[in-house]
Amino acid sequence: MGSLDLSQLQHLWWLLVSVVGALFVFLTFVQGGQGLLLTIARTDTEKSLVVNSLGKKWELTFTTLVLFGGAFFAAFPLFYSTSFGGAYWVWMLILFTFIVQAVSYEYRRKPDNFLGAKTYEVFLFINGTVGVLLIGAAVGTFFTGSNFSLSEYNFVTWEHPGRGIEAAFSLFNLSFGIFMVFLARVLGALYLNNNIEHEVLIERTRDAAFKNLLLLLPFLLYVLYRLLVMDGYAVDPATGVVSLEKGKYLSNLLAMPINGLGFLLVGLVLVVWGVVATRFMASRKGIWFAGLGTVLVVLAVFSIAGYNNTAFYPSKFDLQSSLTIGNASSSHYTLATMSYIALAIPFVLAYVWYVWSLLDKRKLTEADLFVEGSDEKY
Amino acid sequence: MLEQLDVSQLNWARAQFALTAMYHWIFVPLTLGLSFLLAFFETLYVKTGNEQWKRITKFWMKLFGINFAIGVATGIIMEFEFGTNWSNYSWMVGDIFGAPLAAEGIFAFFLETTFFAVMFFGWNRVSKNFHLLSTWLVAIGSNLSALWILVANGWMQHPVGMAFNPDNARFEMQNFWEVLFSPVAMSHFVHTTSSGFLLSCLFIVTVCSWYLLKGRHVEMAKKSLAVACTFGIISAAFVGFTGDESAYVAAQVQPMKLAAMEGLWDGEINADLVALGIVNPAKKPGDDQDAFQIEVKIPYLLSLLANREFGSFVPGVNDLVYGNPEQGVMGAEEKIVLGKQAIHQLALYKKAQENNDDVVAAAALAAFSEHQDYLGYGYLNSAEETVPNVPLVFYSFHMMVVLGTLFPVLFAAILFFLYKKNLGEQKWFLRLGVLSVFLGYVASQSGWVVAEVGRQPWAIQGLLPVSIARTNLTTTTVQMTFFMFLIIFTTLLIAEVRIMTKQIQNGPEGE
Ligand code: HEM
Repeated sequence: MGSLDLSQLQHLWWLLVSVVGALFVFLTFVQGGQGLLLTIARTDTEKSLVVNSLGKKWELTFTTLVLFGGAFFAAFPLFYSTSFGGAYWVWMLILFTFIVQAVSYEYRRKPDNFLGAKTYEVFLFINGTVGVLLIGAAVGTFFTGSNFSLSEYNFVTWEHPGRGIEAAFSLFNLSFGIFMVFLARVLGALYLNNNIEHEVLIERTRDAAFKNLLLLLPFLLYVLYRLLVMDGYAVDPATGVVSLEKGKYLSNLLAMPINGLGFLLVGLVLVVWGVVATRFMASRKGIWFAGLGTVLVVLAVFSIAGYNNTAFYPSKFDLQSSLTIGNASSSHYTLATMSYIALAIPFVLAYVWYVWSLLDKRKLTEADLFVEGSDEKY
Repeated sequence: MLEQLDVSQLNWARAQFALTAMYHWIFVPLTLGLSFLLAFFETLYVKTGNEQWKRITKFWMKLFGINFAIGVATGIIMEFEFGTNWSNYSWMVGDIFGAPLAAEGIFAFFLETTFFAVMFFGWNRVSKNFHLLSTWLVAIGSNLSALWILVANGWMQHPVGMAFNPDNARFEMQNFWEVLFSPVAMSHFVHTTSSGFLLSCLFIVTVCSWYLLKGRHVEMAKKSLAVACTFGIISAAFVGFTGDESAYVAAQVQPMKLAAMEGLWDGEINADLVALGIVNPAKKPGDDQDAFQIEVKIPYLLSLLANREFGSFVPGVNDLVYGNPEQGVMGAEEKIVLGKQAIHQLALYKKAQENNDDVVAAAALAAFSEHQDYLGYGYLNSAEETVPNVPLVFYSFHMMVVLGTLFPVLFAAILFFLYKKNLGEQKWFLRLGVLSVFLGYVASQSGWVVAEVGRQPWAIQGLLPVSIARTNLTTTTVQMTFFMFLIIFTTLLIAEVRIMTKQIQNGPEGE
């Protein structure tokens, strides 16, 4: 690791951050499922099945989000300080939706829970919709830019009174956010379809996956169209000067035929295939296709945002304050040290995978809810 | 570097951090300790095959789960609050915090989360032994995550293994191992985790004392107590031992904190230890008022504790503010002068670089390096700012220590009565037992008050005062989020306490 030069390490860490981000978006099937809870589950038993099925996974999603934040802090601290300190309100609101999520599974059905089951269900719904939407809007600013300036000591001043909320009022960012919400729902429906053995729910999740795919399409198309034609923030590798470039993201896509255009197209096809196979061929494995597809799409999005001499967190207020993987990263020593630590990632993925295949060997059934000493605690 | 300082914004930002951290710290110690207690209980179940141990494990596990959820809820904000409210600080330390945080995420979080799922959902899905292993891994995972965050905290108390990079105005890591094995990090880690174990044992004492008073679940209560009090005594010994080590380390690297803990205003050779006292709240640096209204002293002991040497000099607040050349103590007054020079030279360096004037830049850099150890002092306006709130630190410290000596006695007494088989008859004693977890919380929260208030005004000791570390936000914004957190966390706490008490009333299943 020490033998890699700084720029290689920066590229490596952008990849690692992207991978964590991509896994997170895949895992928002939990949020998607929460958004669907009130529509697809009508009886108490159905609700319990859905909540218990999601309830086993919510922490995995949550932890991945925390790791995503941590990895950004670690590898690109200037992004962490600029964006969290600057776009204050958007992050605060996102955090709030995750705070209320964290207690809801555990407390929803416990006696004497102060707020009542309904409130906790609303918390889950808010997290599954508003939370995901705002995350999408925040990621949208990777392309549309924000209003901030950095001092010579790299201290941030946010130049818009919305302090981040303004991000949600750009059509592009908003569409990106809504796209993420429907994508999460597609994934949620496919996950539940795979995880629960219950005729009615299988039927409903199958329909829900398809409906939400249709709802997602217009937003996806708009985002894609804008991405192809919009001006992008290019950085001159020799001088570090940032400038607006016509069709920058289109040229990035083309410049990265594999991890740009390739991942994007294959990813989208896989997502659609996962839904189609579920809806029309009664497959129960749609989540795996759509999940992999989602990971590829997100990797492509991060690639065109950060690679190929692009500013990944641009400032439209002051172009030269824009953040690139070159100027926002940790030092060579720190990136190299962390790379040694990151060698453990495959091992971690392996045991996570192993444990879940063990726990999910048997699908969740109605009978599981009622056995003596049941594990289904929610 | 410093826009005009808005003191009220700074205070609200600090209040918000204190609020969220103290709420978080209601739940974390229980996670740290209960996870190990669960592992002990389950090990006993697997070893003996006695179903009662399984019921005991499941009962405490249920309470663990309720506590864990809100621990997670209050925890996520801690990670991001560095960025939202202390963004300048985040930039300046990002290069150092990076590695511990990455390690925490990769090594600890996933261990905790993944095996947490097995622990709760796996009773009927995995083998007995794999389940037991999972319970142990949850305990190890949660305590590992405490390690990394305390390494980060330890670094703020005593920055090591780094160098300041004037080009981008941040601290950069030079030596990971130095950061990891810093004596401050290590003593804080062991003290904090063992105090979490201790608190969890007190939690069990509280619940079981109540059962015994009510005459309910008597067998289960006694079994739980036997395990918890044994673990409690061992933990208490660790807490005392590492607390002493923490104080010694503080004396070496944060002498002002130690002076505040002891209410020592004027340094002494063979300093006495104030065992108990009422401080004079009106006392200010440099005045000649009495430090205490009432005090009970143990002669010479402070010199021994602080320096492990009789006859040694322990500096007081006034020595550290105004200097004491006789004892070789440089005062904050002098450090401020040097710090201002460092800042001045840094600005010159920046300017010269902008103008591509290499000669001036090199000279400014050399002058800067000479004084850079005092960089943080340059941002202070007066030497008196380096003095933390002495009464608060003093009382917190003494409360913690007094309670720290009481707890092992409590555990020992319970074990004694268990051995005599007459614990159920000690009504007055059990009533005290019911109180014990609350006393534990007082000690534990006081500990953090000592550690964090005691190091004011520093975000990074000597290098970065909190006034520079903060994000440039308006007071109103920070006030709004303060109250949002206050409302949401209080609401969730009420829910948690009610759910918890209900579950305790219900007792273990099938009894
Ligand atoms: C037995 C006597 C004890 C001594 C001598 C002692 C000493 C100390 C000292 C010196 C510190 C400040 C360390 C620093 O910031 O430099 C500290 C912090 C702390 N103490 Fe204690 N303590 C004792 C008992 C306890 C007990 C009983 C608890 C809780 C149950 C506790 C919990 C804490 C916590 C949570 C902290 C903050 C974390 C840290 O700085 O390590 N302590 N203690």
